[in-house]
Amino acid sequence: MMMLKRDKKEEEEGGGNPFNNLEKSTVLQETRTFNETPINPRKCGHILTKLLYVINQGENIGANEATEAFFAMTKLFQSKDPILRRLMYMGIKDMSKIANDVIIVTSSLMKDMTGKEDQFRGPAIRALCSITDTSMLQSIERYMKQAIVDKVPGVSSAALTSSLHLSKTSQDVTKRWVNEAQEAVNSDNIMVQYHALGLLYHIRRNDKLAVTKLVSKFSKHTLKSPYAYCLLIRIATKLIEEEDAGSGSPMFDFIESCLRHKSEMVIYEAAQAIVQLKNTTAKDLAPAVSVLQLFCSSPKPTLRFAAVRTLNKVAMKHPAAVTACNLDLENLITDVNRSIATLAITTLLKTGSETSVDRLMKQISTFMSEISDEFKIVVVQAIRSLCAKFPRKHSVLMNFLASMLRDEGGFDYKKEIVDCIIATIEENPEAKEAGLAHLCEFIEDCEHTVLATKILHLLGREGPRTPTPSKYIRFIYNRVILENAAVRAAAVSAIAKFGGHCEELLQSCVVLLERCEMDTDDEVRDRATFYVNVLKQQQRNLSSAYILNGLTVSVVGLERALYSVLEHGLKHVCCTGLTVSVVGLERALHQYTLEPSESPFDMKTVPLATQPLADQKVRETPGLAGDVGKPEKSAATRQDLYAEQLAAVPELANVGALFKSSQPLEITESETEYYVQCIKHTFSNYMVFQFDCTNTLNDQVLDRVTVDMEAADGFEVVKQIPCPSLPYNKPGSTYTLVHLPEDPTSVTGTFPCTLKFVVRDCDPNTGEPDDDGYEDEYVLEDVEVTVADHVQKVMKPNFAASWEEVGPENELEDTYALSSMSTLEEAIKNIIQYLGLQPCERSDKVPEGKSSHTLYLAGIYRGGHDALVRAKLALDTSGVTMQLTVRSTDPSVSEVLATAIA
Amino acid sequence: MGGLLSYFSGLFGSKERRILILGLDGAGKTTILYRLQVGEVVTTIPTIGFNVETVTYKNLKFQVWDLGGQTSIRPYWRCYYSNTDAIIYVVDSMDRDRIGISKQELVAMLEEDELKKAILLVFANKQDIEGAMTVTEVANALGLPALKNRKYQIFKTSAIKGEGLDEAMEWLSNAVQQNK
Repeated sequence: MMMLKRDKKEEEEGGGNPFNNLEKSTVLQETRTFNETPINPRKCGHILTKLLYVINQGENIGANEATEAFFAMTKLFQSKDPILRRLMYMGIKDMSKIANDVIIVTSSLMKDMTGKEDQFRGPAIRALCSITDTSMLQSIERYMKQAIVDKVPGVSSAALTSSLHLSKTSQDVTKRWVNEAQEAVNSDNIMVQYHALGLLYHIRRNDKLAVTKLVSKFSKHTLKSPYAYCLLIRIATKLIEEEDAGSGSPMFDFIESCLRHKSEMVIYEAAQAIVQLKNTTAKDLAPAVSVLQLFCSSPKPTLRFAAVRTLNKVAMKHPAAVTACNLDLENLITDVNRSIATLAITTLLKTGSETSVDRLMKQISTFMSEISDEFKIVVVQAIRSLCAKFPRKHSVLMNFLASMLRDEGGFDYKKEIVDCIIATIEENPEAKEAGLAHLCEFIEDCEHTVLATKILHLLGREGPRTPTPSKYIRFIYNRVILENAAVRAAAVSAIAKFGGHCEELLQSCVVLLERCEMDTDDEVRDRATFYVNVLKQQQRNLSSAYILNGLTVSVVGLERALYSVLEHGLKHVCCTGLTVSVVGLERALHQYTLEPSESPFDMKTVPLATQPLADQKVRETPGLAGDVGKPEKSAATRQDLYAEQLAAVPELANVGALFKSSQPLEITESETEYYVQCIKHTFSNYMVFQFDCTNTLNDQVLDRVTVDMEAADGFEVVKQIPCPSLPYNKPGSTYTLVHLPEDPTSVTGTFPCTLKFVVRDCDPNTGEPDDDGYEDEYVLEDVEVTVADHVQKVMKPNFAASWEEVGPENELEDTYALSSMSTLEEAIKNIIQYLGLQPCERSDKVPEGKSSHTLYLAGIYRGGHDALVRAKLALDTSGVTMQLTVRSTDPSVSEVLATAIA
Repeated sequence: MGGLLSYFSGLFGSKERRILILGLDGAGKTTILYRLQVGEVVTTIPTIGFNVETVTYKNLKFQVWDLGGQTSIRPYWRCYYSNTDAIIYVVDSMDRDRIGISKQELVAMLEEDELKKAILLVFANKQDIEGAMTVTEVANALGLPALKNRKYQIFKTSAIKGEGLDEAMEWLSNAVQQNK
């Protein structure tokens, strides 16, 4: 079935494209036909087209193959066939950067650019400029100057645009063509005038005075070409921005005058320029907005689209200015062009007040069924920002989202809605119940496994803490009866969470889970059996560790790793509820299997999964382009990379498993002789300081580079691993190994650092370093070791359960007055920074207008001890008062954390 | 059918003959090419790469490739050797210093497999200048008498004055037709 589907898909993709299945090597082989005489223009033209297609598809052609094909192509110069000749010019341009020795066609192209055939001249100029470098440019300069002022517009334009390209590399030569460009600006042809202005500007762009003159000169003397006008407007806009000038600038007057130009293109460009300027008042904007407003009712769809798209952007900065257009925008809601309609609505949603939301939502719903998924997503994104803007409107918006969920739609669209609902639930506690109810209803008939499991997970996390958790169980258990294995497994986990959290539901949950023990799927059965057994213990700390806050690695990944251990005949695996990285776990297990040992495998030797830094991405403003980037780069990979890097240093073999690596820290000024970054790697009993050094002096080579650290109290420098040689601009690393103090409570310190090395000066002529060197040193900034370096962030989705699990045994409590903090947000930011713990349950976000707040932090302390912190904050006139409670599985850890703030 | 075709081809001189003009830089190759094509002296600049033109002489069509003679461009000559009917090798008769280099290039070229069947014409050019080497001097300096298995002829020419070119083309037309 899959095969069939794929075949069909391929057919659809390739439909009607004769070049679809071209093979690069075949096409290159075919270029040998060019060597035959006489030339067959039709056949050669076809092959050349294929070659161009292959190149433009991004195929990577090797220099040798390309050169061979290029030389074969030069044989085509003997044909006078116009189509073949013009294809060949394109071929030369496209291959000029991949083939060698392309200058071989120089003479032939020079002849064509000065020849009689006008239709060859322009393309020949473009091709010639693409194969010419600065050294060769001198020899064609005379011809280029002539071509710029040629009376044939195509030739002149080609010469002007090519000059523009050339000036990227040979500015000095093209500068000398100013006079010719000046002459070309006076051309009657609109394209030539535009291109000439472009070149003139490009030549002078670094000279602000000259550019100002250019604009004022051409803004008075009327240009014929609307394109040239548009360019002039853009130049003027840039000038205004650079000078930070507002509407007082003469440039602004010019742009403003363009609003009355006869060409629509120019009017639009001017309006668009004005609305995007920074220092503008409502009065400055008014004429531009009214022009855009006029365009909104233009019969031309392009103009309507341009206008509404620009208004959409303006609405972000100056919603008030756009309100004047609301009536016109409302008319556009029913536009036959759905792109225009969607933009109109989203603009209205941005400018509208809270009161108009209801009406607009009603209006959108009338045509939601008519627009494509792509634009539906734009609407959902607009709703998402509305939810954030008007939290009180959540009921209307939620209802709307729910009805959208019920409608037909593709996966991306549904996913966007679900994400939007989840985001709203998390940001707005009042919307939680309604949102969860909608999602429950959605999974009753959801064809997307990914969404169903996501929602089940959310229900498991949020459901138990609602006032009536029991009502969700029915929805979840229905999944167990009706769905595929993946969803069933997710449902089982969700039910277990209800059982673990709500004592009154425990019995019913166990009953339900016991029914799942007969499931046909292994995973579902295993999960059910596991949960039933854990729940039957009726111990809070067990439920917390294994159900509510369980492993944050994927269960599958862990299982696989454990299986591999069992295969090796090792049976003692003691595994506590730790948050581990899968890669690290695998490595540790591998290590364990290599060294036959009697001691049980300890999960604590496995590195933790590092918590991604930003857990809540703020959505980009919904625009038409939809180019929301993917900035996510897992932090875990960085740590794993470091671990590998350190493992490669033989001197550091016996320090144990890497616990945490800090962010790189610059300990030199950025523009000094030597540039040094420090990364602190924490192990259970050691710290390794990695210094990444770069030598920025090209007349020196540094040998035996080390960093001397003065150990703070209790710390002991054990080893220095020098970087043998540091040539100019090649980064190298040196390591310093420090033993941590025996006293478990003294963990912080300041280390003054000095870079020590042997300098060998280089011979200024040959660049060869001298044989003899002298010792030298360079003082670096101090390196601080803080509490945060000993702590790894761990997310506990259910903080309260973990809090109970760890228990009050090692609890420490103290009250602090943080007088330097003036807001709760500031205090929270600082506390997180000091302690290096992970905020849980979104407690790092303070609801607006509250004067007290509780922050929950969780993490793992070096050595694998759980560390939990509850900070109750209150804002009063003297600053922020904090009651800090620390719980940990180790008494000294509690002490370290409790004193870290003081 | 074949007879009819050959009749037409005889009438229109259909098949184009491929000719290369080679020689050191400044020998006058480009001037000769355009003298042959348009019958006039054109101003030329050093050829970077090649020029290709169609020259008609007495119903015969020649596709003439004039390849640049600068040291940097000579390595590319070989890219254009295949299917060549005749080579016009141009020598600057005034350039006594580089006649040796000219000989080396000629010898190396004639050793190429792709040119085994090509007819060789040597133009002792610039004969209008006083003090130029004579035809015999040039021939000896190039080692022409030692050539074996090669149909060749040397001409004294002046591209500027147009002397000797007609004679050479006449010989070439006969030679290529016999060579068929």
